[in-house]
Amino acid sequence: MVTQESRTARIGRLERPALTGVLVREVVNFSSYWRSTTFSATVEPTIYLLAFGFGFGSLVSTVGGYDYVEFVGTGTVATAVLFSSAFAAMFGTFIKYKFQRTYDAILAAPVDTEELVTAEAAWIAFRAGVYGCVPMLVAIVFGLAPAWGMLLVPFFGAIAGFGWACFGILASAMASSIENFNYIISAGLTPLFLVAGTFFPLTQLPDWAQNLAQLNPLYHLVQLVRHAAFGFDAWADVGHVAVLAGFGVLMWRLAIWRLQTRLVD
Amino acid sequence: MQPELAIRLRGVVKRYGPITAVDGLDLEVPMGTCVGLLGPNGAGKSTTMRLLTAQSIADDGELEVLGYALPGESKQARARCGVVPQLDNLDTTLTVAQNLLVFTHLYRVPRDERRDAIERALELAKLGDRRDDRVDKLSGGMRRRLLIARALVHRPQLVLLDEPTVGLDPQVRQELWALIDALRSEGTTLLMSTHYIEEAERLADSVLIMSHGTAVAAGPPAELVLEHAGKEALEVYGGPARLAEVEAEAVSAGLRTRRTGTSVSVLGIDGRNGSLFEGERRPANLEDVFVLLTGEEIA
Repeated sequence: MVTQESRTARIGRLERPALTGVLVREVVNFSSYWRSTTFSATVEPTIYLLAFGFGFGSLVSTVGGYDYVEFVGTGTVATAVLFSSAFAAMFGTFIKYKFQRTYDAILAAPVDTEELVTAEAAWIAFRAGVYGCVPMLVAIVFGLAPAWGMLLVPFFGAIAGFGWACFGILASAMASSIENFNYIISAGLTPLFLVAGTFFPLTQLPDWAQNLAQLNPLYHLVQLVRHAAFGFDAWADVGHVAVLAGFGVLMWRLAIWRLQTRLVD
Repeated sequence: MQPELAIRLRGVVKRYGPITAVDGLDLEVPMGTCVGLLGPNGAGKSTTMRLLTAQSIADDGELEVLGYALPGESKQARARCGVVPQLDNLDTTLTVAQNLLVFTHLYRVPRDERRDAIERALELAKLGDRRDDRVDKLSGGMRRRLLIARALVHRPQLVLLDEPTVGLDPQVRQELWALIDALRSEGTTLLMSTHYIEEAERLADSVLIMSHGTAVAAGPPAELVLEHAGKEALEVYGGPARLAEVEAEAVSAGLRTRRTGTSVSVLGIDGRNGSLFEGERRPANLEDVFVLLTGEEIA
């Protein structure tokens, strides 16, 4: 029974039992749909990798000093992270909030919005870290040389995935209908995903665009993954991690704030 | 120390823009009783339920649940409450047992008690043989039973039921009444919102009738009937013209009436022998009180 602990015991914020409760719900649910999610999260970036790697790669053999397949193989890690975090969070949150009314049940339990957002984003971040490795593994099959630094890629993917998951939760907390996501995808995610140094080096772009790309978290993830595969550049990479972490914290707080106003009136 | 009141609301106000959904509501639910929150659609029942789990934050007034002041201590209160929502929000792609498992975690049932908690809930919902079936394979009645059992995995001290039988057929409704009655006889404190009068009459020790966001009457059903509608009513049938006539005559004789749609009920005819009109005598009931107090037309 849950009853008789001391009445004065304050229940605080970000409690482990609440986070665990939300995580368990996600993990148990995942067991019912992991096949389709895993399929799309791994096949899609792999197609990009193969299409660009071999299609475009037959025109240019090296880019920025790398074999083009190696260049794209590391770049599409970021794509896989983005797809499996931002999209999952956007649609998942909206469906749970609007159609399944799951959040009504969760918030009636001893769970706060802060815990709800944190646990759901953490779970998506974990998945994004794992799925993010797929294009890299495929690239290894096609000749990318394995390196010890690659062991850090899931962690980089998870840090960025957390930020993108919170971005997705924020977007769905602000969307009045699921069609609103079209704007976010077309005007937000697609440009970010193309102008991240994934398929071509940013040095090909005009200066203003290169400067803007510095604000794109995806660019920093691409840099980190390339350095993990081809050799770290200590200070620059600390900077990239810091940008991703800052992006994560900012999105995390914004997502909690917006979802709270949406769920509690 | 156990508070004597499971729920205590004083002067609670909740506004949504220009609309005042709850307007100075007082509500008391003593421990170990079942209180019915009765009112027409739009009376503020659902908002009241949301206020009790701090999913709505009151603009004014005092709210206490199990001795905890809301919204500040609502998390402690929520840990000890079970909530049965009006809209089914089970995880439909999960099995019956998985749905219960998730809730043992959300409600912090200790690890070594989880298995028993799930078994107990399955038994309560009579879904033991469907434990491994996905929820979307269950009938509407089964889903409702599961929804109730899910709210009980942590042995809550207080259970909030929001329109527990809305939209269900009579057989399923009876089944759920039996389930709720069993909880009541075990001493679980219940607050149940409903717009089915029969439901409140059968299950509630005391009812609170809400209209336009505030309490218009509160007390045990039988007392409310006696106080507001007397012992007996006379049901007079006829065409619209005849009904209007009956109404006018009854009012001039100092009696209260209410329409039922097909007839006029003349209330408080207790003790009058030579009857005023041709009609059927019947005991006064809670529906008479409900319509008298909340109006014949829904605003």
